[in-house]
Amino acid sequence: MELFTYERAHNPEAAVIAGAPSRAKFLGGGTNLVDLMREGIERPSALVDVTGLSQTIVETAEGGLLIGAAASNAAVAEHRLVRNRYPALSRAILAGASAQIRNMATVGGNILQRTRCRYFYDVNGARCNKRDPGQGCDAIGGFNRYHAVLGTSSHCIATHPSDMCIPLVAFDAIVHLAANGGSRSIKLAELHRDPGDTPQIETALDPGELITAIELPPLALARRSAYRKVRDRASYAFALISVAAALHVDDNRVTDVRLALGGVAHKPWRALIAERALVGQPATYDTFLAAARAELRAAQTQRDNAFKPELAARTIAAVLRTLAEEQA
Amino acid sequence: MTDSKNLGKGSSITRREALAGGAIVLGAIATKPLSAAPTTSHSTVPKTVLDPLIERPGQLGTPRSRRDGPLKVKGGARYAAEHHLKDMTYAALVFSTIARGSISEIDSRDAETSPGVVLVMTHLNAPRMGAPEPFLATPTGASGSSHPVMQDAEVFWNGQPIAVVLAETQEQADRAARLIQITYQAKTSVTRFSEAKQLETVATFGGEKLQTVRGDADAALEAAPVKIDVSFSSPRHNHNQIEPHAVTVAWQGKTLRMYDCNQGLSLTAATIAKVFGIEPAQVHVSAEFVGGSFGGKTLWQYHIVAAAAAKLSGRPVRMNVTREGVFRMCGGRAPTEQRVALGADKDGRLKALIHTGFTPKIQQNAMTEPFIEATQRLYSSETARIEVRAAHMDMLSNTFMRAPGSAVGTYALETAMDELAEKLTIDPIELRLRNEPDVDPTNGKRFSQRGLVQAYQMGAERFGWIPRKGQRLGRREGEWLVGTGVASAYYPHYHFPGGAARVTITADGKLLVELAAHEQGVGAATTTAIIAAKRFGIDFEDVEVRYGDSLLPGSHPAGGSQQTASIGATILAANTAMIAELAKIAPQGTPWAGLSSTGLTTVRAGIALTERPSVHIGYKELLARAGLQAITIEADAATPTAAETWSMHSYGAVFCEARVNADTRELRVSRVTGVYDCGKILNAKTAASQFRGGIIMSLGLAMMEETQFDERTGRIINASMAEYHMPVHLDVPLIDVAWTDIPDPHAPTGARGVGEISMNGASAALANAVYDATGKRVRDLPITLDKLMV
Ligand SMILES: Cc1cc2nc3c(=O)[nH]c(=O)nc-3n(C[C@H](O)[C@H](O)[C@H](O)COP(=O)(O)OP(=O)(O)OC[C@H]3O[C@@H](n4cnc5c(N)ncnc54)[C@H](O)[C@@H]3O)c2cc1C
Ligand code: SF4
Repeated sequence: MELFTYERAHNPEAAVIAGAPSRAKFLGGGTNLVDLMREGIERPSALVDVTGLSQTIVETAEGGLLIGAAASNAAVAEHRLVRNRYPALSRAILAGASAQIRNMATVGGNILQRTRCRYFYDVNGARCNKRDPGQGCDAIGGFNRYHAVLGTSSHCIATHPSDMCIPLVAFDAIVHLAANGGSRSIKLAELHRDPGDTPQIETALDPGELITAIELPPLALARRSAYRKVRDRASYAFALISVAAALHVDDNRVTDVRLALGGVAHKPWRALIAERALVGQPATYDTFLAAARAELRAAQTQRDNAFKPELAARTIAAVLRTLAEEQA
Repeated sequence: MTDSKNLGKGSSITRREALAGGAIVLGAIATKPLSAAPTTSHSTVPKTVLDPLIERPGQLGTPRSRRDGPLKVKGGARYAAEHHLKDMTYAALVFSTIARGSISEIDSRDAETSPGVVLVMTHLNAPRMGAPEPFLATPTGASGSSHPVMQDAEVFWNGQPIAVVLAETQEQADRAARLIQITYQAKTSVTRFSEAKQLETVATFGGEKLQTVRGDADAALEAAPVKIDVSFSSPRHNHNQIEPHAVTVAWQGKTLRMYDCNQGLSLTAATIAKVFGIEPAQVHVSAEFVGGSFGGKTLWQYHIVAAAAAKLSGRPVRMNVTREGVFRMCGGRAPTEQRVALGADKDGRLKALIHTGFTPKIQQNAMTEPFIEATQRLYSSETARIEVRAAHMDMLSNTFMRAPGSAVGTYALETAMDELAEKLTIDPIELRLRNEPDVDPTNGKRFSQRGLVQAYQMGAERFGWIPRKGQRLGRREGEWLVGTGVASAYYPHYHFPGGAARVTITADGKLLVELAAHEQGVGAATTTAIIAAKRFGIDFEDVEVRYGDSLLPGSHPAGGSQQTASIGATILAANTAMIAELAKIAPQGTPWAGLSSTGLTTVRAGIALTERPSVHIGYKELLARAGLQAITIEADAATPTAAETWSMHSYGAVFCEARVNADTRELRVSRVTGVYDCGKILNAKTAASQFRGGIIMSLGLAMMEETQFDERTGRIINASMAEYHMPVHLDVPLIDVAWTDIPDPHAPTGARGVGEISMNGASAALANAVYDATGKRVRDLPITLDKLMV
């Protein structure tokens, strides 16, 4: 670890000023950033602790939810309104990491956590375009069971590891941002990027930009939502693939649906192709599976993850089947 | 055959019933020609004296909590990295990033001027040292390999320690280590399994060829009416003890003092002494608490680096190896590729038993993954060809890891047996019973005690095994496909020579036992107290055990599941020696005076005439009358010879219920029963924990454990517990364990050892259950969901 200064911000204005220098970093729970500093991947010269900023979870005027960026993952998962109105979000968070990590981790940090690609972590022993642009990507042709199949490039095939973000993109969450020059809001779906030929640039955030809150628009459909995480052990493992879904069925036909996938891409993957294919169709397992397969048609697999498109399709179909059965 | 109902009570089985079960096997043996061998309890074989403790086990086997439990719960137990020495420095290692070659340049200028740095040591300035002797390569070797440590520029594997930084704090050392720049000259290396395999030859283990050939197995297979011929693979594994490796070291005058985590203290001291050219007595290694060893807490390069750096800097060193460092440096289980071919007649009697395969090793050790051990003992077969072939690879040391060889070997053999049973339309348990040997199938020796049949009978009843004849009984419960499976477990009985102890009886009638034994967290010190209490006829509470220090007597390696047997033999010898001393101090004219140790026995906190136990005198009185504060003896255990005459091995039967998700193919285990036949169980509580722990590890081996070794570079990729998967709580089902508890008449205290056997069997039982549930045989470990999707 390199020497750094540490400072606690008491309001967003102070945070963005302290966070403006190019080698400054915001510190949430530190469960990802501190690890990366220990490994020598992140080398900030200043840490600005933002856990003292808003942790509140409140209802918006429109009937959605506003969640402070410093709210802990555990607090969001346990919140009554989250559990009632967006159960998939609660389930997704609880499917991630461990109780201790969820208590430490913040909403802002969870969104901006970095990939778990092991070659990215192996500073001296492996090549990685994300860590050292232009170096090459050892995951291609190496161990890539956990790697992406959608939206990949020949420069990087890493996934974004968050569970929490999957239902958030399914439910059209909005991210509130603040910077030295002012504040803005963007859709979460537009925050993370595909790797392209600049995998080191992971988000649409400007340098020094702070996440202040996440906003969930009102979505009646989300009351009947589910999250299914498929992994190599029963707990404490990242998703091989995960599915967040909400479904409305009327007279045995799909009238509305939200679908997003984790573990398949460099960003939380909103499955718009499948959503479009489903609306108006009969709510049967076969249509679910066909729509899911349509979403994954573009998948490009690697040595170790050829199973992912089919696994994703089957899991999507199974989740939708369960949601449909609950409404039958 | 004993009615299984009589045997259905598991751990509550009475000794009489258990011995009755044992007599079946022995009875069958009795019709065979007898060797001039010493002992067995059965009337039709020569009668010799059993260990009297086997006849009167008393408290042996009652469940007792570990004595150090409260201390550990309170955080009071000090582990290797928790000893603080005055003026201590902290070490950080730098590991190589190429598989083979040499270091052409090291730039450590930035590191040397980094804050707090005390020393940067590389091959350029390390003191001259000898190469460490590997375990099994010499009688006192303890090292994982014979690679010289920082003596020249050579690199032998990707992950080799090539520099160390000492600093005033750990953080300063870690930072400086990252600043060291290394340039390499790479040489060609063998890092691909398939490439190494081109060079395979028949392997040896402990000096013996890993090969058994009986008759013409290939012809017999060809001719057999029913046969299967299948291939398996198992991946690399790495050690992940809960306590990462660590040592705190100081040179104190001429003595090298090491606070270590270690499972072979005496061997370690001897090996390190040779490395530094000093006497073994000048190396003082202690390890009072060890956070798990499993074969991996032997001597690795970090010990030598720490001691050398302490010498060079003139200051004590704490070397706390990172988790990644453990992966890079401290050895792991080698991968295997195995073939099992079984030929049987229509009744299921084996005509041909072929188990062969390949495993890579390093050139610098004497260890080959001996995956055929179980196949050499479990079943009789007219012909056999059993063989391990190996070749060298440039990689991290392959090493001993809980149940080396047999863990992955039983996986292959026991899933193959399941396939054969299916083909024969015979219940898999019945198939095993039909191939139960009368004598050791490999060397013709009689079994000292073998209770595989009893284990199956008990297990079938506890688990509720439903016999099957070639059909799958798997069922669907909601979204889960549920199946059951069964498999045998096996582990050899080892008993190394070198056991010794110092035993003191004090004027207040208490007993002190001192020996260089190890406490890996399994409760060995508690079990030692149990054995000594019973042997000396003293209350458990009145026995103190000192252990975990190389200055104490004896060599009791905590490996091969043999430490308890070694301690048992040592306490027996100490008891004999102590009785002789007590007879000497008994006042002239009393009944005990001058008797030999056979005429006396230790009971009720004193000695008594063997023939008339009522003629008794307490230790307190004896010492008081002699005017002694304490009486101390030191004794060496008899050289173990029983295995020269007898086939001594442990067995087990494991049952498993698996659930496979119909949609995602995720695999979960819902139920396990394991029944083990390991001789006498000395402490029901700690033995049960060993069995359960091994089962969990075996399930991990089946379902998830895998070192990702990148063959392009020879580098381990998932050197982290987040990505190297082992079972977490949610993966572990209800585990039911029991034991036959039949004493082995030729093992000290009747106990053969319990540490490793449960690492075997559960993985195959699970694989067989997965087949029952899904109709899919997965022969390449681990059984991940993608392999069940196709
Ligand atoms: C062993 C392990 C297992 C895990 N398993 C899972 C899992 O199964 N599923 C899963 O989803 N996650 C998992 N995680 C990841 C975990 O969810 C993240 O580490 C956590 O959410 C990060 O939150 P944090 O507050 O600790 O972030 P930090 O580590 O503090 O920060 C992460 C990043 O976010 C930036 N940041 C933090 N707050 C803000 C802000 N307000 N504005 C702008 N930037 C900010 C930081 O600068 C940094 O770049 C696991 C982590 C570990 C260590
Ligand atoms: S996949 Fe991306 S993160 Fe991983 S090594 Fe390649 S470039 Fe680096």
